[in-house]
Amino acid sequence: MAEKLRVNPTRMELKRLKERLKMASRGHKLLKDKSDEMIRRFVGYAKEDKRLREEVEGDLANALTKFLLAKSVSDEAAIQEAVAMPGTQVSLKLDTANVMAVSVPKITIEESDSKEKYPYSFTSVTAELDSSIATISELLVKLVELAQVEKTCNMLAIEIEKNRRRVNALEYVMIPQTEEAIGDITMKLDEAERSNTVRLMKVKTIIQK
Amino acid sequence: MHSGKIAVIGDKDLILAFKAIGMDVFSADSSNEAEKLVKSLAKEYAIIFITEDLAQQIDQLLTKYKTKAYPAIIPIPSSHGTTGYGIEGIKRDVEKAIGTDILFNKED
Repeated sequence: MAEKLRVNPTRMELKRLKERLKMASRGHKLLKDKSDEMIRRFVGYAKEDKRLREEVEGDLANALTKFLLAKSVSDEAAIQEAVAMPGTQVSLKLDTANVMAVSVPKITIEESDSKEKYPYSFTSVTAELDSSIATISELLVKLVELAQVEKTCNMLAIEIEKNRRRVNALEYVMIPQTEEAIGDITMKLDEAERSNTVRLMKVKTIIQK
Repeated sequence: MHSGKIAVIGDKDLILAFKAIGMDVFSADSSNEAEKLVKSLAKEYAIIFITEDLAQQIDQLLTKYKTKAYPAIIPIPSSHGTTGYGIEGIKRDVEKAIGTDILFNKED
């Protein structure tokens, strides 16, 4: 049970509380709508996240197996040497997008000017390495997309939880407390008025005698 | 601030593959090493991919980075295959947001 609000039983206070109740219920409605919309969007992102993750996990496992295979058929030192100086450098353009007042990452891959995908000479390594590196480069786009969507999901989930706390605080604490306080004050004021009337009646009868 | 670069943290087999396509790679064998790496890389890199087994061990640290847009720390399966930690993360998000896992509970 929520703690009772201690207030002075005055008309001023009553007016103030009524204003506050109005504000609280309006805020509650707004936050509840916000929560609904955030959940709607979140479900979309979560589904996307799951789809991407499953794809990436499948493809990556594939590519890595290929890479391990490539490693096993050729000399380890040769592979290390082959990939030691990558021909490309991944470069990203970072931005933030606004999803329901949450600033989420927006990442785009900047086109690399280097066209050299394989940073080694084909004579030194086997074809398995070529194909595994080709798969991983193709995966890059998906990996970045996954990073963006998954982060969005994380952040939305946190924001939804926060928002729900606010809605609950308003719905189960703030609004009932204020309503109760308003009821108390009204009762006290009515009581004061009644006692005043009775007193006046008593005084009148005393005067009339 | 964050540059547009990608870092990969993982075991040696895995990181060689990523190095070839131009990501910056860092090897870590224990959770201590991984923790130190994440802390120092988080200031610089926008995306950090970390293998699931390492991510699982430093779970607490990773939750700290979830509130900001960058860096995005994303678990990926290692060369031994997936441990299911990544999908588990999505499930946890859904549970946090909706209260119950209404989207993916069919698979269980």
